[in-house]
Amino acid sequence: MSKLYFTEDHEWLNVDGDTAIVGISTYAAGQLGDVVFIELPDTSKTVAKGDDIAVVESVKSASEIYAPVSGTITAANDALEDAPETVNDDAQGAGWFFKMTITDTSQLEGLMDEAAYAEFTKE
Amino acid sequence: MAMNSTGRPTAPAQPLDPGADLQTFSGSRGLAQVEPLLHKVGSPEKCGVDLADVPNHTARLGNLKRQNPVDLPGLSEPEAMRHYVRLSQRNYAIDLGLYPLGSCTMKHNPRLNEKLARLPGFADVHPLQPQSTVQGALALMDELSHWLMAITGMDAVALSPKAGAHGEWCGMMCIRAAIEERGELGKRRRVLVPQSAHGTNPATAAACGFDIDELPADATGRVDMEVLRRKIGPDVAAIMLTNPNTCGLFERDIREIADLVHEAGGYFYCDGANLNAIMGKTRVRDLGVDAMHINLHKTFSTPHGGGGPGAGPVVLSKRLRNYAPVPYLVRDGQSLALVEDEAQSEAKPFGRMSAFHGQMGMFVRALAYMMSHGSDGLRRVSEDAVLNANYLLARLSDEMSPAYPGVCMHEALFDDDFLKDTGVTTLDFAKAMIDEGYHPMTMYFPLVVHGAMLIEPTETESKESLDRFADTLLALAKAAKSGAAARFTEAPLLAPLRRLDETRAARSPVLRWQET
Repeated sequence: MSKLYFTEDHEWLNVDGDTAIVGISTYAAGQLGDVVFIELPDTSKTVAKGDDIAVVESVKSASEIYAPVSGTITAANDALEDAPETVNDDAQGAGWFFKMTITDTSQLEGLMDEAAYAEFTKE
Repeated sequence: MAMNSTGRPTAPAQPLDPGADLQTFSGSRGLAQVEPLLHKVGSPEKCGVDLADVPNHTARLGNLKRQNPVDLPGLSEPEAMRHYVRLSQRNYAIDLGLYPLGSCTMKHNPRLNEKLARLPGFADVHPLQPQSTVQGALALMDELSHWLMAITGMDAVALSPKAGAHGEWCGMMCIRAAIEERGELGKRRRVLVPQSAHGTNPATAAACGFDIDELPADATGRVDMEVLRRKIGPDVAAIMLTNPNTCGLFERDIREIADLVHEAGGYFYCDGANLNAIMGKTRVRDLGVDAMHINLHKTFSTPHGGGGPGAGPVVLSKRLRNYAPVPYLVRDGQSLALVEDEAQSEAKPFGRMSAFHGQMGMFVRALAYMMSHGSDGLRRVSEDAVLNANYLLARLSDEMSPAYPGVCMHEALFDDDFLKDTGVTTLDFAKAMIDEGYHPMTMYFPLVVHGAMLIEPTETESKESLDRFADTLLALAKAAKSGAAARFTEAPLLAPLRRLDETRAARSPVLRWQET
């Protein structure tokens, strides 16, 4: 049973056990405007929570993607490199950025669920 | 009807409609001429110059001999000249109108600067000439250094950096060298950069090998002191702060920020791009700054962007002066010399930034500007720059939404709240300004403000010019609110080219000309 979490930096995590798929939220993709370039993390890289590990560049700005929790990157969505528009079309589906194994699942406790995130973005 | 003395009408009897429907045979519209790409004007078979063949020669290029033709079009001088002049006439320039790009200080470039920069003693010297033959040019650099140090109160200046970001790099390399000498490079890894800093600041710190730690802005658009106190520590190498910041606000806690960083053993880099707001009013030294670059192409009126090269001298505190890069000026009795060799330096230069001493032409222009204004005039420049920005802030607030309450410094920042539910975005609003004959303001920057519009009029605009600009923006804002979205989303309608597809340009850039 997977569960969806969100961070204050507008990333989503689809967590199943100690693995997570990570991307940016539909709201964030809308705010960024047309995404034109994505730099993905190297797989097998070990990251600490808060490290900047990827870059998403749109016609408006370049933003960093932070590791939402500590862990190891296990896969990156290479398809985005040739088709960055996927992030705009399907941010919380085919537009995922990377997969990771989570070192300490207790780090998930500070994150928001879908309802809390919807409230967060209303502000 | 008006007639001249021979009875011939002086104007057409029936003035034609402004020609909207007239299709010309040439494709040009009146004096706006069609201009194809250079590849279409010339061809590789043509040659614009008449060179005699070299008789009886042996090529000694060996492997370096060209294998394939380069396929560059050959052009005559008039063809090349007309091409660029025609393109330049479609461009917008500070010599044509108000250029409100925030954080860029697009001020008028006085003609006096140009006249002096063309004096042969400055324009025709070569950097490899013996130094004894360029004493006048060196004296000018010395005088410019004196003014830059007097204005900021700092202890030394490095003249060679060639732009703002180049200056940042110079300052941060001095800081890095100082930390390295203390043997702390291994543990001092973090550089604090506020969200309201210039975008090049974190890039510079990263290029110097540091880790970036972002400081959020508080509700007033300034550094959040609570977060700063929490983040400061013995692993902090430096803070890179822009003051006034990119929200157009003076960092009121700057003295405390400097103290906190210094107490933790770090250095204070100040981005001086916005010096135009505080020159002659605030002494940079008194703020606790260790290094700051000064954009001669902003504050000191030398040409900017496409108009010419930049120049970003860096002023340094006593703690950093020893690490300034070569070459630097020293006085030996009556004469001046450039110390070019690190080994011969009595200090500890971190290295060299560029082949030569910097942008001589910009030095001449900047000093001409300083001397023609004098110290009282430079102070007045800052006062008028701030006054002009606040005049626009006050007038535009009738229809547009200021990002923060209160007065601003030299630039006025708005968010896109006033466009809410109009179907018009900041980008559309900016494009509609092109139809009105204005270069758009800086948009979507700083990132801390939603749909940011950053307007910096500079002191060189008259009240009449500011009023025309404000009237135009107010009318546009009203139009957007009254539902005329199409004139925005379709804009520009009247420019030489319509809305360009910037998404496709970024996703699938075509970087080489190809026959289509």
